[in-house]
Amino acid sequence: MADRPVAVVGGGPAGLAAAIELRRRTGREVVVVEREAEAGGIPRHARHQGFGLRDLRRPLSGPAYARRYAELARAAGAELLTETMVTGWSGEGPGALELTGPGARSTLEPAAVVLASGCRERPRPARLVPGSRPDGVMTTGMLQQLVYLQGLPAGGRALVVGAEHVSFSAILTLAHGGARTVALATELPRHQSLAAFRLGALARHRVPVWTSTRVTDIRGRPRVEEVDLTDTVTGGVRTVACDTVVFSADWIPDHELAVAAGLELDPATHGPAVDAALRSSRHGVFAAGNLLHGAEQADVAALGGRHAAAGVAAYLDRGEWAVRRVPVVCDPPLGWIAPNAVSDPAEVPARGRFALRASEFLSAPRIEIAQGGRRLWSGRVARVMPGRSARLPHGWTREVDPAGDEVRVTARGAG
Amino acid sequence: MDRDVVIVGAGVVGAAIARELCRYELDVTLLEAGPDVGAGTSKANTALLHTGFDAKPGTLEATLVARGYRRLAEYAASVGIPVERTGALLVAWDDEQLGEFAGIVERSRANGYGAIREITSEELYRREPNLGPGARGALEVPDESIICPFTTPLAFATEAVMAGCDLRRSKPLTGVRRLGGGGFRVEAPGGAFTTRRLVNAAGLRSDEIDRMLGGEAFTVTPRRGELIVFDKLSRPLVRQIVLAVPTKVSKGVLVAPTVFGNVMVGPTAEDVERKDDTSSTEAGLRYLRGEAGRIMPRLLDYEVTAAYVGLRAATEHTDFQIRFEDGYACVGGIRSTGLSASMAIAEHVRDGLELDLRPRAERPPLRMPNLGEAFPRPYQQGELVAADTDYGRVVCFCERVTRGELRDAFASAIPPVDLDGLRRRTRAHMGRCQGFFCGAELARMLADRKGAGRG
Repeated sequence: MADRPVAVVGGGPAGLAAAIELRRRTGREVVVVEREAEAGGIPRHARHQGFGLRDLRRPLSGPAYARRYAELARAAGAELLTETMVTGWSGEGPGALELTGPGARSTLEPAAVVLASGCRERPRPARLVPGSRPDGVMTTGMLQQLVYLQGLPAGGRALVVGAEHVSFSAILTLAHGGARTVALATELPRHQSLAAFRLGALARHRVPVWTSTRVTDIRGRPRVEEVDLTDTVTGGVRTVACDTVVFSADWIPDHELAVAAGLELDPATHGPAVDAALRSSRHGVFAAGNLLHGAEQADVAALGGRHAAAGVAAYLDRGEWAVRRVPVVCDPPLGWIAPNAVSDPAEVPARGRFALRASEFLSAPRIEIAQGGRRLWSGRVARVMPGRSARLPHGWTREVDPAGDEVRVTARGAG
Repeated sequence: MDRDVVIVGAGVVGAAIARELCRYELDVTLLEAGPDVGAGTSKANTALLHTGFDAKPGTLEATLVARGYRRLAEYAASVGIPVERTGALLVAWDDEQLGEFAGIVERSRANGYGAIREITSEELYRREPNLGPGARGALEVPDESIICPFTTPLAFATEAVMAGCDLRRSKPLTGVRRLGGGGFRVEAPGGAFTTRRLVNAAGLRSDEIDRMLGGEAFTVTPRRGELIVFDKLSRPLVRQIVLAVPTKVSKGVLVAPTVFGNVMVGPTAEDVERKDDTSSTEAGLRYLRGEAGRIMPRLLDYEVTAAYVGLRAATEHTDFQIRFEDGYACVGGIRSTGLSASMAIAEHVRDGLELDLRPRAERPPLRMPNLGEAFPRPYQQGELVAADTDYGRVVCFCERVTRGELRDAFASAIPPVDLDGLRRRTRAHMGRCQGFFCGAELARMLADRKGAGRG
């Protein structure tokens, strides 16, 4: 056990930050398994600015941030196995990872695993958008790679579906690829991006944001020609001529490996259920970053990875694993909370907070946290919404009865 | 005469005919209007290899499906078309459907299929524990199988091309007429030529071509079938093909595993006007999700990976529309059973054309790239990965397609010309992310190839 490495699955911000911190804290061999040809994750192809503020304390573009992390991880002595995919996982606890890479299949038997496989955007079929299946329909992830990594054109006139941070960044990516954005359309009644970023993109490119709007038909052959948008309030339909449709945001954890490993998933986040130390339900396996829930910004994911590394180091020191844990669940219209389990009431989550989202916009709701009818905490939170996390304090976990029922989080009196 | 035989339509039926005829010393041309082999109705099939137990006894369809089942099962094993003999359970949800069982068993026996048997609802739920509540009983059809609908026509066409067949893609037939002294003159973009025999396997357009030659026997009304495919993570929910008790209009909505490891639900059945109306509809998607929730409720816990739409070449008749007239073979009205029947249809057409058949020398056996989950994929084979590093480089993560397989597809006898073609040959871009991870790289490969083709 003492000479076995720690495996980090996924070389994005969370995985690389975990690897750096693991090297600093444990001195063990750390192997990062990354299936792409370059480490760095999603920021590799998110060319806008604003990365690195919370973790590296400097503003960087996505690609610079990705390069910086890969350099830091290598400098810290982590081994980066790129173009290598975990294609199987056997045994108990950390078990044995089956790796497939250029020229070889091999087995890695680590002392602990940090799963950081990230998330992706729901593509059109998963959103059940009807119509024909023409070319020119893609996610923002594909659009960014098309324009920035492959240097291919993005089309002429684009409709962006979604109004989260990444949706506004798509306007810039489309412009770089030679396409004009006709509009942003979201089914929600409001957008969910930060003011500064939104205004920058909108002012330069004069793009309207159509709220309460759903895509109800896509037509064209071989490429998109037009799209029907239905106003979910009035029922009115408008037809928009465009040759590109970008389905943005609506993130979902890329959890195939977590499922294959038998990790318990949180039904609300679709990511592994984790406690404050980011332990999963499987002995010796931790999970961090955007695998845990819909996307946070890269620096938040990285700080989560760093936090997981602290948990791994403590586990390797003491060899202890919490067996019983209390689930934390949300009542609608709250969407999800993370972390979503309490093992040791004294443990503090990453960044000293729980992240909370709702399926609709809640203005200054009173949030109540209770276990078996016993109130643990209650207080107002400025805003809870989809697409961006609100912050909940963590001190209430000290009141949790580790032998008790699940903890429920409820919103009351939202404006 | 320029040609011995021209076949119009490179769907699964036309490709099977081309393969069969190219086993003999014949000069065969295969014309396809679309960009690829199997890119029309054949690609959105329910992907079942039917025994033909429920066909109408005495019809040509019943004979050819039963014979085609045996031929294709054997052929698939020899060339590497993924087939899994999962068996099917035809489920009754009420007394009326239960009452149909006796007739279905009788019909199955009349079709020469005796292995069908009734099972109780207790046994049914033991077999399919995730089935929704309310099932009254089932008929078990142990030989019904799932098959790869993409590899099948490609294997047929590949064998034909290797034996010298002139495959012309994106070449729709624009005119055809009989010549006075026998034979036909065929027009298509890029030139006209004459041929001794003509085979009309044009699927949805088979009635139009038949009319060009004076036929008035049938009219194709496209019947739209929408299908949804659930995430591979749902695959453990379903063990066998779950069939519905058929009605006059359709065979009903089925739930079936796919050879790619997904779960498929569909098809709908709706007559439409246009022969290119392959759009999914809001009503269709809602209906299929409803049916999924009724038949297997836990499916709704999983994401939908893809929605497909196929147009079946339905006619006013209940049987295949196959006839022979002075060197012309009309092979129309082939519905969803066409995949199962394809090889038997091909033999039937070969005999009906009254050609002078001199067998060609045997060619080395064909082996198609494996797309099936039940058989070893390249990334799983250590020796292969060690011998060729590209089989260890996974490009499409969701479907685990390697750089080596993409390279092989582009170098194959019938290379892909677009993303759909690449997908049907390798599974790339077929998975849950729909290109989030690999879409741009695949677009680059296709763009480079087009550029190279021009240069």
